[in-house]
Amino acid sequence: MRRRWRVVVLALAALYFLVPLIASAEFSLRSPGGGHGVANYTRIAEDPVLLSALLTSLRIAVLTAVVVLLLVVPTAVWVRLRFPSLAAVLESATILPIVIPPVVMAAGIAFVQANLGGPVFRALFDSSTSALTPFYVILALPFAYRAVDNGLAAIPLRTLVEAARNLGAGMTTALVRVVLPAIRSAVLGAAFLTLALVLGEIVIARILLYTDTFPIAVVEVGRSAAGVSVALSLASLLLTWVLLLAVSFVGTRRRRTP
Amino acid sequence: MTSLLDTPTAAPDAPAARPERRWRAALGLLPFALYFLVFLGGPLYFVISGAFTDADGRPTLGNLVASLTSPQYLLAFRQSLLLSAVTAVIGAVFGTFLAQAVLTARPRSPLRRIVSTASGVLAYFGGVPLAFAFIAALGQTGLATAWLRSAGLDLYASGFRIDSLTGLALTYVYFQIPLMVILITPALEGLLPQWREAAENLGATAWSYWRLVALPVLAPAFAGATLVLFGNAFAAYATALALTSGSIPLVPTAIASALSGNVLVGQANVGLALGLDMVVVIGIVMVAYLWLQRRAARWSRR
Repeated sequence: MRRRWRVVVLALAALYFLVPLIASAEFSLRSPGGGHGVANYTRIAEDPVLLSALLTSLRIAVLTAVVVLLLVVPTAVWVRLRFPSLAAVLESATILPIVIPPVVMAAGIAFVQANLGGPVFRALFDSSTSALTPFYVILALPFAYRAVDNGLAAIPLRTLVEAARNLGAGMTTALVRVVLPAIRSAVLGAAFLTLALVLGEIVIARILLYTDTFPIAVVEVGRSAAGVSVALSLASLLLTWVLLLAVSFVGTRRRRTP
Repeated sequence: MTSLLDTPTAAPDAPAARPERRWRAALGLLPFALYFLVFLGGPLYFVISGAFTDADGRPTLGNLVASLTSPQYLLAFRQSLLLSAVTAVIGAVFGTFLAQAVLTARPRSPLRRIVSTASGVLAYFGGVPLAFAFIAALGQTGLATAWLRSAGLDLYASGFRIDSLTGLALTYVYFQIPLMVILITPALEGLLPQWREAAENLGATAWSYWRLVALPVLAPAFAGATLVLFGNAFAAYATALALTSGSIPLVPTAIASALSGNVLVGQANVGLALGLDMVVVIGIVMVAYLWLQRRAARWSRR
């Protein structure tokens, strides 16, 4: 009897989650003149606007992931080693960016953008990369913190760090050469989730009027060619998922071999 | 990958350090705290201060009053609250069932990996791809619409539209369920097998085990996660933007159009006041969440 409800739940979930994806795939493969083909997917290579938007978003994604990891990894390690009592506080703090509306964040930033001058703000709002990266970091923190913290829970952190320190390593060396390799799959997972976020975020970019990012370009192209929009957004979704799935398999295989 | 679904296990207790060393160690947390303060606190500060000033920078309560009394904003609030509450409850219930169904599979089975990684991507991606996927499936020329029509069920003849509140709710659930799976899995893993064995030894059926043992233990975590889902839906805007291009009145839509001056010039501060209203709602939700979290911690393994 226990088996039966499981099958029902999984079947319903598969139906609900797969039908939109299959429909997207079918829609994206429709050719304008009828029949099916991959024309919508190859459009990215021919359209200079889309291509440069993709490069901009990938640059933002890489920068965001680097800043996120620089903030999250040392903090998560430090909390586990020295402030276990603060773990609950940090977990609650990382819920904040999930529930604080991006549109409200964007409203505050837009106010600064419109009303405050000075070299610092001018440098900040100079390009989409410099203006969006700091705020995407905030949006990416919740899941990145969770992923990294779960990674740290799975390794003997205190033993590793103490062993490294006893062998003469400084805290930075211990972090970079001992802890980081031990949690590499969690770190990669956090990085790819950041990629997912940057490839999907349109609210802040749109309100701050940075229209040269990939998700905005995808929405724009949808006004004239819906198939291209569906194709590109489906491709970016599947790409991120495949990357995460690959990391999940690679992570375990290495852990099994001694 | 150490998945999002793994329970964080207890951290070992900190060694008793001298107070001044602890104080210096606290500096290690400073970058994280400062970053949060500047880049999350900064925008929030300007939303709040802007909500209380008029276009010329004089203090006023007019924006706040306008944001809470004008019929168009009241409608937006009602729709946003309804949409968030309904999708939070649906997402929470189905997400818990899905998480439990996945947890009964072996830890390293492909099913668990697929659900775990897909939850991360879908909870996070939201927005644009999701909207397009639902238009492709349930739009007027969508694949699922065509299937249903050939099966004798004409959605659009019965008044369904993908860019309606119902269509939006259907789409929101698509990212609410994965988020619930991420949030509730640690609590489900915290249900010790011994409790079930003890209950079964005392003659409990599966149903009475769930009703008398598991559900009361899970209740605070479940309610807390439901609140996060509510906040998540309340905050979401990208999906609505891509799906309806702003034709459904929701609070984020109202803020965006007030900011861009679509409605009236000089409405930007009313937009900020609407933002403040949202922050207040979120604040209430967070306080309730933190209270529930403390109750849930009573049963967790840490």
